[in-house]
Amino acid sequence: MTVVPKFNKSPWVVHFNCNSCNGCDIEFLACLTPLYDLERFGILHVGNPKHADVLVVTGSVNHRNARVLKNVYDQMPDPKVVVAMGVCASTGGIFADGYNVLGGVDKVIPVDVFVPGCPARPEAMIDGVLKGAQVLQAKHSGKTPLAEKHVLTRTPTPVDAPAVLEKGASHA
Amino acid sequence: MTIPTTPLTLVLAILVAPFFGALLSGIDRRITARAQGRMGPPILQPVYDTIKLLRKEPILLNRMQIVYAYLHLLFMIMAFLMLVFGKDSLMFLFVFAFSTLALVLGGMCVRSPYSRIGSQREIMLMVAYEPILILIMIGFYMVNNHSFLLSAPLSAARPMLISLPLLFVAFLVVLAIKLHKSPFDIATSHHAHQEIVKGITIEYSGPHLAILEIAHFYEMALLFCLIVLFWASPIWIGLLLASASFFLMTVVDNAFARLTKMWIFKFMWTSVLLLAMTNVILLYWVSK
Repeated sequence: MTVVPKFNKSPWVVHFNCNSCNGCDIEFLACLTPLYDLERFGILHVGNPKHADVLVVTGSVNHRNARVLKNVYDQMPDPKVVVAMGVCASTGGIFADGYNVLGGVDKVIPVDVFVPGCPARPEAMIDGVLKGAQVLQAKHSGKTPLAEKHVLTRTPTPVDAPAVLEKGASHA
Repeated sequence: MTIPTTPLTLVLAILVAPFFGALLSGIDRRITARAQGRMGPPILQPVYDTIKLLRKEPILLNRMQIVYAYLHLLFMIMAFLMLVFGKDSLMFLFVFAFSTLALVLGGMCVRSPYSRIGSQREIMLMVAYEPILILIMIGFYMVNNHSFLLSAPLSAARPMLISLPLLFVAFLVVLAIKLHKSPFDIATSHHAHQEIVKGITIEYSGPHLAILEIAHFYEMALLFCLIVLFWASPIWIGLLLASASFFLMTVVDNAFARLTKMWIFKFMWTSVLLLAMTNVILLYWVSK
């Protein structure tokens, strides 16, 4: 029992649409309505990565938006958490075979929570963000979220991300 | 009756004010949620938010930005203490105005266009409400036997609201501007997080954003105390009046859409200024 409230009391969410068909985005905005009311968990939907704790990404990553996604991620102050919302953000979904599609969000930035569904239901999304908030708390206290050991979390860098990003930069 | 300036009361005022402001903000968020048919966050949510922000990684664009954030907080605390301990009202106004000015300069010293637009709008708001605040202080001066001291209303024979009803209405409009409430929340807003209106805070993150939040909590406590002055004896009526005013602000916030900056400017310099001037001129006639 600590006097200071836990870190997961107010996860502020910034939402980034990578290459989505808008289905997941509409469902995510539905979470803010009186029926689901995200704010009762202290979750705020902010428009600025510099204010945010949780990055919610919808849609698959392609050559064009990989740099943008990385840029948004880099602007968030630590500790931060990434939630891949829907199957497209998780693996590429039905767009995975597209010539321009790189795959899921984890090809470019480290993902903490994957939420399945096409589109994911609002209940699943709220659950995903709250799970992300728990990971946030674990990261803040220096534990790995799964093993509960006192190991400092190292931010993993996907092996192929630099190549992808350089490629994206050369396109522009 | 004045509050004595001892180290104990000083520390108490500095410590209690931000919690009071946070509580007001939490109640405001809960009432807003209930008005929209939602559950709403816990009452202490602003406290959780601020503590979380304080523990995040500090990112700054340049040092001056942070200096201005601290100046904003420092001058806000100073203005609050000057009000609580009944110091000179004109000096209080200058310190209060400089606090907001520091916020504007902080928004101006980065290269983000959104931050600059927010700052420019804040300047427009200051131009709109500062004359009203000065007229209110002139009203205080005329009612309290030509004394500029903010402690004078506490020992006044009859409540100031009776002599300054129009100035009080004008002050309610200023209150809505200072609390960033609709229809005046063009520089920064509590609700529209995605819009350009989040402008002035856009380049602050983590603990520096928390500094701005804490300063706003002080500002809320300051405005609450300023309303209490309108009915300072017995003080419980003043507290009721202030609570009712804050509730009214929440209702207005939920009922109105946002205005453009020129509309706000015209409204303040015609209708509201006219109200305030009428009250001051009437007071002058009565005293002749």
